[in-house]
Amino acid sequence: MPILTDRDRAAVRKEFEKLAGPVKLAVFSQELLAGDLCRQNEQLVREVAALSDRITVEVFNPAIDRERAQTYGVDQVPAIAVEGARDYGIRFYGVPLGYEFSNLIDAIIVASTGEPALSEDTKASLRALAADVEIKVFATPT
Amino acid sequence: MRLAQHMAIASDRVRATAIEATEFPELSRAYQVMGVPKVVINDRVQFEGAVSEQDFLGAVLQAVSAP
Repeated sequence: MPILTDRDRAAVRKEFEKLAGPVKLAVFSQELLAGDLCRQNEQLVREVAALSDRITVEVFNPAIDRERAQTYGVDQVPAIAVEGARDYGIRFYGVPLGYEFSNLIDAIIVASTGEPALSEDTKASLRALAADVEIKVFATPT
Repeated sequence: MRLAQHMAIASDRVRATAIEATEFPELSRAYQVMGVPKVVINDRVQFEGAVSEQDFLGAVLQAVSAP
């Protein structure tokens, strides 16, 4: 059973017309820790990736691919790292359904273009940051 | 998450992580998530609900300012 409806697919395909460069979705799954959620997450990512030639998917098991998990800084499953020309540090923990789904699609597009939709003032302030910033956003699907 | 991920694109200093609260109850408890979206920056500055780009940036700058 597909997760995305035909309508979802059509809407996302239209959004993906904005994709400007390749995007890699690195998926972290660990059957023993959260089998159902990891399978659902992986399926969702594959369904999304099937909607554009520019998107590739790689699946890792943090228990086996420890170095990768460390490089990506992933310590929970299911997880998705959204990478464009480089790794911008965008991560999704948990299956991004509902409200988070549109954020995943937006993350793919902005990682692909590398052009954030922020004001010039905001971008200048962020460029001037002298310390690392870790933003966690807790959300629910509805 | 939208503003956070755009900020991550804008600066290599910024990382943005979306966490599905119901799937990670321990993490949500640790960060005392009562309402969503809840934003936590550097485990130092936090707020609930949607805010403007300017206010979000203000929270980021507050999180990296000297104590």
